[in-house]
Amino acid sequence: MAVNSYKDDELSVERSKLQTLKRLFAYLLAYKWQIVLVLLIMGYGVVISLVNPLIMEAAIDNHITTKDWSGLYRLLLLALFLNLLLVFTVKLRMYIMAKVCNSILLTIRQELYTHIQKLDFHFFDSRPTGKILSRIIGDINSLKDVLSNCVTTLIPDGLTVVAVVVIMICKNPKLALASMLTIPFMAVATTWIEVKAHPRWQVFRKKSANLNAFVHEDMAGIRIIQSFHAQEETRDTFDTLIEEHRGAFLHAVRMSDAFGSVIDFSWGIGCILLYFTGIVILGVDEVSVGTFIAFGTYLNMFWQPIHNISNFYNQLVTNIAGAERIFEIMDTPPAISDAADVEEMPEITGEVIFEHVSFSYDEQTKVLDDVSFRIKPGETIALVGPTGAGKSTIVNLISRFYDVQQGRVLIDGKDVKKVSIESLRKQMGIMTQDNFLFSGTIRDNIRYGRLDATDEEIIAAAKAVNAHEFIMKLEKGYDTELSERGGGLSIGQKQLLAFARTMVSMPKILILDEATSSIDTKTELLVQSGIEHLLQGRTSFVIAHRLSTIQKADRIFVVDDGRIVEEGSAGELLAKKGIYYQLYMAQFSA
Amino acid sequence: MKSKKGIKRLSDYIWENRLPYLCAVAALLIAVTLDMLAPRLTAHVVDDVIVGGNMGELKYLLLGFLGIGVGRCIFQYIKEYTFDRIGSKIASQMRKDLFVHIQSLSADFFDRTNTGELMSRVKDDIDHIWDALSFVGMLIIEVVYHTSIILVCMYMLNWKLALIPTAAMLFCGTVAIVMERKLGSVYEEISEENATLNTVAEENLAGVRTVKAFAREKYEITKFLSHNQRYYDLNMTQSKVFVKFYPYFSVVTKVLPLLTILIGGKFVIAGEMSLGEMTAFVEYSNNIVWPMEMLGWLTNSFSSAVASNKKIRKIYQETSSIKEVEHPVILEKMKGKIQFDHVSFHKADLHEILHDISFTLEPGKTLGIMGATGAGKTSIIQLLQRMYDATDGTILVDDVDIRELSLEQLRTNISYVMQDVFLFSDTINENIKLGKKQAVDFNMVKKASTDAQASEFIEKMEKKYDTVIGERGVGLSGGQKQRISIARALSKNDPILVMDDSTSALDMETEHLIQETLRNLQSTTKIIIAHRISAVRNADEILVLENGSIAERGTHESLLAAKGLYYETYLAQYGDFLEGKEA
Repeated sequence: MAVNSYKDDELSVERSKLQTLKRLFAYLLAYKWQIVLVLLIMGYGVVISLVNPLIMEAAIDNHITTKDWSGLYRLLLLALFLNLLLVFTVKLRMYIMAKVCNSILLTIRQELYTHIQKLDFHFFDSRPTGKILSRIIGDINSLKDVLSNCVTTLIPDGLTVVAVVVIMICKNPKLALASMLTIPFMAVATTWIEVKAHPRWQVFRKKSANLNAFVHEDMAGIRIIQSFHAQEETRDTFDTLIEEHRGAFLHAVRMSDAFGSVIDFSWGIGCILLYFTGIVILGVDEVSVGTFIAFGTYLNMFWQPIHNISNFYNQLVTNIAGAERIFEIMDTPPAISDAADVEEMPEITGEVIFEHVSFSYDEQTKVLDDVSFRIKPGETIALVGPTGAGKSTIVNLISRFYDVQQGRVLIDGKDVKKVSIESLRKQMGIMTQDNFLFSGTIRDNIRYGRLDATDEEIIAAAKAVNAHEFIMKLEKGYDTELSERGGGLSIGQKQLLAFARTMVSMPKILILDEATSSIDTKTELLVQSGIEHLLQGRTSFVIAHRLSTIQKADRIFVVDDGRIVEEGSAGELLAKKGIYYQLYMAQFSA
Repeated sequence: MKSKKGIKRLSDYIWENRLPYLCAVAALLIAVTLDMLAPRLTAHVVDDVIVGGNMGELKYLLLGFLGIGVGRCIFQYIKEYTFDRIGSKIASQMRKDLFVHIQSLSADFFDRTNTGELMSRVKDDIDHIWDALSFVGMLIIEVVYHTSIILVCMYMLNWKLALIPTAAMLFCGTVAIVMERKLGSVYEEISEENATLNTVAEENLAGVRTVKAFAREKYEITKFLSHNQRYYDLNMTQSKVFVKFYPYFSVVTKVLPLLTILIGGKFVIAGEMSLGEMTAFVEYSNNIVWPMEMLGWLTNSFSSAVASNKKIRKIYQETSSIKEVEHPVILEKMKGKIQFDHVSFHKADLHEILHDISFTLEPGKTLGIMGATGAGKTSIIQLLQRMYDATDGTILVDDVDIRELSLEQLRTNISYVMQDVFLFSDTINENIKLGKKQAVDFNMVKKASTDAQASEFIEKMEKKYDTVIGERGVGLSGGQKQRISIARALSKNDPILVMDDSTSALDMETEHLIQETLRNLQSTTKIIIAHRISAVRNADEILVLENGSIAERGTHESLLAAKGLYYETYLAQYGDFLEGKEA
């Protein structure tokens, strides 16, 4: 599995820009009535902006020159009314647009997040957390202006351009042609800029993600950094990433900033061509002064919206890279998902069968090789063996964190692939090596195991795992707020809380993957006796290196190199004088 | 660092970049001026060439157009690019400074601050300031310059009439200031919620294994939705405030031309002003309209930057609770003698964590620490490394109070293998070298990996030491991660080595081999925290902690003889073996 690091750029998946745009616009279509209303209001705005000059003209020609006071008042009052109405509608328009855009962002973010929840560990293991985060937060925020501008700029300005072109051609096709001669130049130049700038903006987004990834790791690992006094090293790395980020930005804007210049240049040349053609080629006789002035105005009316559209286009080029990154994740299929004809797992009694199971994380090196066993309901199985032998993999397959490549995993006779993941995992209590606590109170953290657990049940679980005592010593007891790093608690205490969380879920199958490694032996014994009655009749798997942890297991599996090499009770295995015996004796040889 | 408090203000950053800013503003002024010249040329074309029939002038005028066009292109580009350059430069500098500041803060700050929040400060909040420093700033200057010129022209035409647009502008300016205040507080909340959103998502991703283990995906989605919804609500609040104020700008811009016609018309009728002058005046007031409308938008972006800046300043107000002395004692070479002299420690909530701890550890000796979960074992190390300061008593290293040493010297001489392994998404090589990248060469990395029993599995990997491992070392087993983290500590050859329960995920054989290695480090002072008797039995002294105090101390043999807590643990771990032997 290739793992992406904070300093390497992610690979970009080639996708057509048109597809990305279509998909983005599809979100807008859900609000088509609001958008129609916005466009109507904008239409009213255009009308008013056309009417205003006429009113002024009338005011000057008909009233001021004739000293018609009352007429002037009346006319201006009308104008005032029309304009205030416009102000009111613009207010409405802005509000609707803000609502539409923010709602779309809400939807996209939620869809993305929901999809990410479905993805498997391959996805999470192969990239830094900060990079996924930058898509959920930064990339989505970058779409905000694009969405609103594509309604408020693209459509009205596009229509204005078409209208002006039609008017110009009707008035004087030759002049119109002359003044628009620069359009092909503009089109070619802006396309060229777009083609050049787009990959640069993609790089910028990736650098941005790199930066985010590094900040995340640095903050999450701050204790190790300060302990090794590596602040200067990490600062150097950060500086490098910052400079790359800035470099990528400047590299991109060096192209994108030329957008405005190209438009202005085409505009200017268009003016020159207009006058040159009109005056020198066609001659003053053929083109009247009025036509010239009118054309001058039209030319402005033509280029201003083009200017706006190209600004929008520029913005689109800048931000579409963000949309691509969002859709890329949405299009990543989850490796583990419910089959179409999935059924709910009935209440588990606890029989677990491995049938010739082989598994590999990278499809090259086999981690498990043809493993078969049957576990009776209620049995406690201990898995021991050297690190990296495949113990965790076995339990990962039972809870279907990964899918087996060969063979089958059956629980109560049902293939785990055939039942819904949620119904399966909800009946299991899985304690992994990293026990993550969320920021929030201790009570909430334990309740995570079963959301409808009562306070009494929470306290009972904490008591069972011997956590109650230290919790009560804290100033606020169960209401003590933990920060994400579990601030103030020792690793062992955090492990106990995670244990309580698992116990409150009343699992049908309990999996303890080095769940008590950071707990002292005395506490461990208390925990074991505390949970004993809770676990009566439930199947459990225990992975541990401290052999005292596993002595009470019904059976011990010794796992080595992806196979179960020895099996039996502690006494049987000792008598066998095999691998277990060696492991066992190792603790006394020091 | 400029200002008195040692914190650089935004204005300091801008001042430092005054020269490039001047260039950018100059380019801006030229571009806008050229922009305003174009209509004059048009007037000449109409008046002189078309009406006046002076064809000879045309080519000069056309050349003039070309000149203006080209000039505008160039200066416009220079203007935009320079603003982008400076904006990104200051933003980068601010990010670097903020990062250095955050890294300098002490453990108590990180105990109470979530990663997601810090990320959003370093990333999103600085982005908002970046916008304000580049294009928002640029447009504000442009708007001000543009309106000033037009205003001057208006005053030259008719000062009385010019009072109207002046009043309008003052009004808009006032509204902008009021709006900035209102928006500012909303933006502060948005910035806060952005941080929360970041935190929720970050925890979900970091704790993905827990989420999946409990099949809590739906719960997580609902949790995120509530924050996503709140983020939406706040953004809508912002829109509402903006929409509430925006009409003021809008009304003014619509009414202004009408008012000038009305009053101007009155002047014309009264014969105080010519019709042509009034037409020109109306033209000008039309030109002043867009800058005023723009003011609303710019104020909006500006408020967002101000709010973010406030959030950042808040972090700057945090100071490290670990103070370094101004002139630290410099030890030429640390030998590794450690003394705890009646050390007690409690946190802010007065809950006592360590009570009256005393011990002396001579260079090259080994101290074992055992004790129940939460007894204070790790706290001893945190005090030794000055992650926190002891509330009572003194800690000496080589007979010097550690508060007299520089943090750098203290910490770079202690290699600490932490209980929870943290690896960076980087190559194994870089992960091992962390802290002394210059000093540790590849051979030392290999040697340390061999000593930590890690070289075998590392060399099985395709890219060996250049293999990139995921963040938190995902993709590796717990034992593999632990061994890399041990190699990280061993590679430094520091005089003091601390192993905090760092072989818990290793099998017995591997642990045994690592202990052999440790025993060979004869000149290194070692502190070993462990739950397994096998890890501490060879230590020169073993402390057994209970509720923050030393309950028992001695060697393996003396502690067994004492038949106390240590003996109980021994029985629990070796009981059946002993029984077996006796039987």
